Amino acid sequence: MATRIPFGPQHPALKEPINFMCEVSDEKVLSVRPRLGYIHRGVEKLAENRTYNQNLYLIERICGICAFAHVTCFSQAVEEILNIEIPSRAKYIRTILAEMERIQNHFLWLGDVGHEMGFNTLFMYSWRDRELVLQLIENISGKRVNYAMNTIGGVRRDITSMIMPSLKEGLNHLEERAKYYTEMCTKDPTVLRRTVGVGMLSPSDALELCAVGPTIRASGIPRDVRADDPYAAYEEIPFKVITYDGRDVASRLMVRLDEVLESISIIRYALDNLPNGDVRVRVPRRVPKGEAVSLVEAPRGEDLHYVRADGTEKPVRVKVRAPTLANIPTLCKMLIGENIADIPVVIAGIDPCIACAERLVFVDTATRKRWMWNKQELRKYATKWYRKK
Amino acid sequence: MAMERELLKSLAKKPATLCYPSEKATPVEGIRAKVAWDIEKCIGCGLCPQICPSKAIELTGKGSEAEITYYLDRCLFCGECVDVCPTKTIKTTSEFELAFTSRTEATIHYKRSKPSSNRKEKGC
Repeated sequence: MATRIPFGPQHPALKEPINFMCEVSDEKVLSVRPRLGYIHRGVEKLAENRTYNQNLYLIERICGICAFAHVTCFSQAVEEILNIEIPSRAKYIRTILAEMERIQNHFLWLGDVGHEMGFNTLFMYSWRDRELVLQLIENISGKRVNYAMNTIGGVRRDITSMIMPSLKEGLNHLEERAKYYTEMCTKDPTVLRRTVGVGMLSPSDALELCAVGPTIRASGIPRDVRADDPYAAYEEIPFKVITYDGRDVASRLMVRLDEVLESISIIRYALDNLPNGDVRVRVPRRVPKGEAVSLVEAPRGEDLHYVRADGTEKPVRVKVRAPTLANIPTLCKMLIGENIADIPVVIAGIDPCIACAERLVFVDTATRKRWMWNKQELRKYATKWYRKK
Repeated sequence: MAMERELLKSLAKKPATLCYPSEKATPVEGIRAKVAWDIEKCIGCGLCPQICPSKAIELTGKGSEAEITYYLDRCLFCGECVDVCPTKTIKTTSEFELAFTSRTEATIHYKRSKPSSNRKEKGC
């Protein structure tokens, strides 16, 4: 008996709210069709009516979690059109904050995926520890979520020697926690049972469907903008691109946890080798005619911004390609052959930041019977189904 | 057994969260929160409403008679106005509890206390 399940479309947490039309037979997903464009906010159009400086704060609000990645990407594109080189201290500060954002995102994701698999203790612990990195970010920037740190021509605040000891102490604590989670996730039976062998993605599919970020790195392909096309201070900082060969959600988990440890070592290196000098250069309000494409490795993957300027103080076109959009074709591939109970974990696996409840309509094609499940009910069903198994 | 160890450890600890109205987090130094004008110092240059990304600042009057209306509900707390102010009229406060029940409560008018003619004389 084949059943069609529309998954979504209410995913306001996604940059692109989405609907997945899943066709299922018994418990297995047979095919998935994504449908995009439900909540179009018009950010790109809005950006055309604002000055470059005002746009920084608009772009920062595309995503609450990858805020810094987006605004770095936009700033880099405008700096390229302006043809200016930002001070190296600003580059290092951008790197430090980008890595802190990666840590907070990965801790948030770990909690989210724990919540999806019905492991709420993990969710609470990892979000408690995420608070540590948010405090470090607040010490530097004065804000916790949208840092308002980046500006065209550098950064707005310096990392003073006063906060340096607290940053280092915080990093030690974070490292300890990240090591604990790595150990826990490799041993805990709940985590292993819900993630190993779930949401498989072969390296050839990952390449063909242009997966980005930890999703492609968990299929064994070392693709990372920080290494492939270095920006900010990544050229000068030694780091490893983390890859795992497991191809499943468990590998994505391990990639992210190892990236947290790698991020901590990047921040330590950057803090120790922080160059002296200014943190910003003053730039003209009017940006000369030109266009630029900028790439940034956001916590979720490659983020792309395209900016075209016409010599005025407002851009003519701003185009944003957020990492989640790039991962949607891969997600559809991963869902095929999975159990209904695994849909939430697989979707959470690409880190689409599902924060709000989405809706599920189950349509029995034989009897035309329709029923709805929200995310909580689906989660309950999944937990029950796994208990029975 | 990794999780069980952590659970036992947590038993001996205090809750990680604060019991909000009675316990409050202390704002960090340099927090970006509500901003305030020392309106007597304002020269009415108009830079702050111009730079504000969310149109939260409105300037009425000119020069030393200028007055400010600050729409707190629109403010993003980016602090651009604080950075741009040439006379350091705008300062960041550490006030972060900014929930209001009506929009009028969230609108702050900064008016000059002295009559404008006196100030003009002083200025000359």
